[in-house]
Amino acid sequence: MKEFKGIAASDGIAIASAFRLTEPDLSFKKRSITNASDEIKRLYAAIDVSKDELLTIQQRTLEDLGSNEAEVFKAHVAILSDPEMLKRVKSTIEKEKVNAEYALNKVTDGYIKIFNSMTDNEYIRQRSTDIRDVTKRVLSHLLGVPLVDPALIHHQVIIIAHDLTPSNTAQFVPTYVKGIVSDMGGRTSHSAIMSRSLEIPAVVGFKGDLSEIKNGDIVIADGSTGNVIVNPTDAQKDEYTQKQADYRQRKSKLAGFKYETTSSSDGKHPIIAANIGTLEDLGGAIENGAEGIGLFRTEFLYMDSNHLPTEDEQFKVYKTVLEKMHGKPVIIRTADIGGDKDLPYLDVPEEANPFLGYRAIRMSLDKPDIFRTQLRALLRASAFGNLSVMFPMITTINELKKAKNVMNQERIKLIREKVPVKPIKIGIMVEVPAAAILADQFANEVDFMSIGTNDLIQYIMAADRGNRMVSYLYQPYNPAVLRLIKHIIDACHDNNLPAYMCGEMAGDQTAIPILVGMGLNEFSMSASSILKSRALIKRLDSREMVTLANKAVTMASTSEEVTAFIRQATNHIQ
Amino acid sequence: MEKRQYNIIAETGIHARPATLLVQTASKFNSDITLEYQEKSVNLKSIMGVMSLGVGQSAAVTITADGDDEKEAIDAISETMKAEGLTE
Repeated sequence: MKEFKGIAASDGIAIASAFRLTEPDLSFKKRSITNASDEIKRLYAAIDVSKDELLTIQQRTLEDLGSNEAEVFKAHVAILSDPEMLKRVKSTIEKEKVNAEYALNKVTDGYIKIFNSMTDNEYIRQRSTDIRDVTKRVLSHLLGVPLVDPALIHHQVIIIAHDLTPSNTAQFVPTYVKGIVSDMGGRTSHSAIMSRSLEIPAVVGFKGDLSEIKNGDIVIADGSTGNVIVNPTDAQKDEYTQKQADYRQRKSKLAGFKYETTSSSDGKHPIIAANIGTLEDLGGAIENGAEGIGLFRTEFLYMDSNHLPTEDEQFKVYKTVLEKMHGKPVIIRTADIGGDKDLPYLDVPEEANPFLGYRAIRMSLDKPDIFRTQLRALLRASAFGNLSVMFPMITTINELKKAKNVMNQERIKLIREKVPVKPIKIGIMVEVPAAAILADQFANEVDFMSIGTNDLIQYIMAADRGNRMVSYLYQPYNPAVLRLIKHIIDACHDNNLPAYMCGEMAGDQTAIPILVGMGLNEFSMSASSILKSRALIKRLDSREMVTLANKAVTMASTSEEVTAFIRQATNHIQ
Repeated sequence: MEKRQYNIIAETGIHARPATLLVQTASKFNSDITLEYQEKSVNLKSIMGVMSLGVGQSAAVTITADGDDEKEAIDAISETMKAEGLTE
């Protein structure tokens, strides 16, 4: 038995066997061979096993996730059946007298180069990823190093990984993936956000050596406390099975709040909305009684795709969300790509400081074609529900004016084309300190503001939220953060605008009392936090919270003092 | 030898899924089948060849089949193109 500590990232308790998701070592050396036909036989054997494997994966993916997800494996099989490619590998082995690993890699590298050079053709460039994946698979069989396939998981597991990418999680089958433990990131890292929207318990920022967890070890991951126990004793297993049952019971009790309107004990009605990242998340949002969508991140359209999403593709997605929300407010954020999100089909240079670099609205204004396509899709979708649009990473008034201007041009074009367009409320995501400080000026230009605390806090504190070494500086309750948030909310209210929040802080049970006191109008959070937040707000008297908020921003000098004030003010309702 | 010309109308050209299906269809026949686009010609049974042409929207392509089942091959390929929305 071994106990570890990490950061609690997604509520719930998982007990299952460990499944290590690691990158295998597929390095090899160029070797001269004497018997080419033996080498070719070895190659074909590896290809045959790879194809069999791919057919199994394709079948499983089709059954568990659907035909779209299975499509990519079909393409992999097609690559391995390519007569021209096989001919080239064969002749490389025969003519150059080299080993199969080297010959295969040389030929596929050639294709990858051709595909990567096709700059005008994003979806083909993305194909180079497929070729690389297939090459890896064949190499793994040539070298006898097993490859790890999340799609092949067919029993209940806890994923143990250094970090998770969206393409990893796309292959997860929710029935089998019970929990996630990773040693990267904090509560706001992408793996953490993804596990919350999938409602899978997760511990991130694992403090310890992940390699100490072996495949098949029984692991307990407590996503509410950050505790990880490897090969627990029977007593521990019982204890956590009981905790798991308690957690489920609490959850079903909260279900009673699903159809209630959010209300404080003295009758104030802030809205509790959901943050969603994909259409799949929408189900969870509705399931948990979201009163709106406070943040629809549109990046998945760009990331889960092998080409830039077309206007029609986007339009369909936006329309679906608006229709499924039946007239409830939906805020869609224009693409926040660049920076940490690498898109294979879009040439974004690597940067030393991606979070201070070329991303979000900065990229949108620089690549107007991509931006216009998205705005047109949004404008067209506006006819199907209650749509607001917000721009991410706005820093200056000029950026906002430019973005609004482009939107207006597209609106006029559509109206001329006789396409129905409804009025859309325009807002900004306040996440750059410069915009936060100037909130009163921005108020003249927008219909609402939404505070993006994840980035705002890391920019105020100058601490990378994904870096474990400085994660202690990620302090949502720091008085500096709270003062700036209050400044934004006050600026909105002074100008008769609503103030929203869509960062993780909006669903933070410790922060909510203060935010209620500041008069925040909408709390947008992961679906899994909605019901407990609604239950919490119901017990709060907003007038008492006003006193608390004022105390926190005027009298506290540290995070700790703030949390002490909060405890004091909410003691009687616990 | 059978030869036919097509105009690609699909917004994203011949991309992954239709390309895979075209190759699958072509591979069912004995004939040698080639796809020609902008004076480059590739084996239609080779997915990487087809992809490397990067056929985009409103491209004009020519498909040629040569062999004992050339007629059936061209018909089947035309059908796949249509079913995948590549041509009208």
